[in-house]
Amino acid sequence: MAMKISTEKFNDRVEQGIHDSFMRGAVAGAQDGMGVKRRVVTTDELSNWEDWRNHAEEIRQHVLANLDYYLEQLSENIAQRGGHVFFAQTKEEANEYIRGVVQRKKAKKIVKSKSMVTEEISLNAMLEEEGCEVVETDLGEYILQLDDHDPPSHIVVPALHKNKEQIRDVFAQKIGYTKTSTPEELAYHARVTLREKFLEADLGITGCNFAVAETGSFCLVTNEGNADLVTALPKTQITVMGMERLVPTFEEMEVLVSMLTRSAVGQKLTSYITVLTGPREELDVDGPEEFHLVIVDNGRSDILGTEFQSILQCIRCGACINVCPVYRHIGGHSYGSIYPGPVGAVLSPLLGGYDDFKELPYASTLCGACTEVCPVKIPLHQLLHKHRQVIVEKEGKAPFSEKMLMKAFGLGAASPALYNMGSKMAPVAMNPFTVGDKISKGPGPLKAWTEIREFPAPNKERFRDWFKNREKGGE
Amino acid sequence: MKVTLFATCIVDLFQSNVGKATVELLERLGCEVEFPPSQVCCGQPAYNSGYVKEAKEAMKRMIETFEHAEYIVSPSGSCAFMFREYPHVFKGDPVWEPRAQKLADKTYELTQFIVEVLGIEDVGARFEGNVTYHTSCHMTRLLGVKEPPMILLKNVKGLKFTELPGKERCCGFGGTFSVKNVAISEQMVDEKVHHVEETGAQYLVGADAACLMNIGGRMERLGKPIKVLHIAEVLNSR
Repeated sequence: MAMKISTEKFNDRVEQGIHDSFMRGAVAGAQDGMGVKRRVVTTDELSNWEDWRNHAEEIRQHVLANLDYYLEQLSENIAQRGGHVFFAQTKEEANEYIRGVVQRKKAKKIVKSKSMVTEEISLNAMLEEEGCEVVETDLGEYILQLDDHDPPSHIVVPALHKNKEQIRDVFAQKIGYTKTSTPEELAYHARVTLREKFLEADLGITGCNFAVAETGSFCLVTNEGNADLVTALPKTQITVMGMERLVPTFEEMEVLVSMLTRSAVGQKLTSYITVLTGPREELDVDGPEEFHLVIVDNGRSDILGTEFQSILQCIRCGACINVCPVYRHIGGHSYGSIYPGPVGAVLSPLLGGYDDFKELPYASTLCGACTEVCPVKIPLHQLLHKHRQVIVEKEGKAPFSEKMLMKAFGLGAASPALYNMGSKMAPVAMNPFTVGDKISKGPGPLKAWTEIREFPAPNKERFRDWFKNREKGGE
Repeated sequence: MKVTLFATCIVDLFQSNVGKATVELLERLGCEVEFPPSQVCCGQPAYNSGYVKEAKEAMKRMIETFEHAEYIVSPSGSCAFMFREYPHVFKGDPVWEPRAQKLADKTYELTQFIVEVLGIEDVGARFEGNVTYHTSCHMTRLLGVKEPPMILLKNVKGLKFTELPGKERCCGFGGTFSVKNVAISEQMVDEKVHHVEETGAQYLVGADAACLMNIGGRMERLGKPIKVLHIAEVLNSR
């Protein structure tokens, strides 16, 4: 799967999302439920939540400002422990390196723990091309993989758009499941099936929540413990990380893990927080014999030093998605990217280009709910606004009619005389469309407004006229 | 105290009642109100759509118009916030940034001005009816004005208040979003209307005419009997 998950037009995807009543119920329920849980473990429980956010932001900004230093430190420490580090500038480079490892190890059976960056670089497609059996072991990702590679609709809860009946049908069709749609039974069946896959695997692939530069370690956060098996059993392990997912030491890791779990799922900690350092050492009872870390740039360094740099602070908690009123109604697939919601609307055009994702920055009311909850204080709604500015001024991708309208705005609104004349004429101009005190079928830009709502007819006496008359002594 | 009214273009053109109520209310609270007629739009529609160059022209006219003011007061959280944003818009401009900063520093949303500057929590209003209140996103999150409208409404005699479920969620207006993404906007405003109905209120009150135009316009189209009022109109009732 690549970052782009659909070739359909944005509006068509939105239509489909809006009409998927099950998905919308699931998303609204999840948003409401997680919203309550998140509030409990953030602002309610920690009276100094804002201090935590400031601290987390500071850590992320410090890392981005010194990224070259920490990447070098991380690489050196991993190499010292006998691990291999590869820095991939593009997704092709990352895939070629991993292909090389797979071929050298003659790996045929691969287990994976959840990783968005491997989705971004379409790793599974390459591995399948190589004739490998790749199994996603995060339950949500596993369900989607079985369902003919249905794309994720959320970065933390990838199968949010599916209900238990749909999951039962997928299991029945693909892995011989015969029982009911009870979540416990479904999960048990997945667990038994996956256990076999873990035991046979000759290569494990993980993502990386945070890498610790000082020790050459990396940290995985899960609730299912699947990442532990992916890293403990296969003889070879490849960890793929986005180049910005670093912390200087364990001290900062602890802060960010706490911010991540609280913001993502409203938990103080998740069930498993695993920290691993390089390949198996002499006295270790498990772990890989060979360890590779693939650090992926894939457009990230182009964001460094630009007005969009703060998006690289992201720790992929999905809190912004969980409060977004637009995501609530259209769901993840409408964004057409593996990164949906506010973070996706900022990140996708940067990593994937405006051609495919130019609609996303407009899929927001700039209400600021995302910015308010972001644990690392990314000004998401401001970045969406910056995208709009780039689309209008640099990319020239705004529609012609809009450009003309805004030009007229620039002239009309900036000139008191023109504004005065235009606004005075408004009731007359609108007269043909006005019935009583409202407009039900408006022209031009009002057409879309009045498709679903009434628009007020302009007042015959503007406020300014009333005020002027009143000053003169009339009332 | 002398107050310079930034009425906003929506109030000037479509909601003159809100402007009138604002003037009468401020005067009753002892303010002398002036309205500089050279005021235009604050530039937000163009600015938020990415047309910063076009918006800046309107912004410069507004700075010139309001520069002399002691206090600038607006019956809109969103438009007042736009004034507060001007220094960021003109960042690095040696002439306009300092002028924008001065403007931003003396700009207030109406209820914020009454509670925080005038120090008044009870405006002596009386309003009979069951009311719910829509907290606009720009006013609460960006301008940071959460308490003042609540304080003022609670002290209105005769008013029965019911909190709006999901009050922190956007109504789906979002400026040009409301026409550019009308299908999504429809879903958002419908959820809002549904919550308004749930409260059983006869009146939906808000402090931003634009959000009210969106929710009110949808309720009218759907034939809902709930009336929409700006908070200035409620506070000006006796």
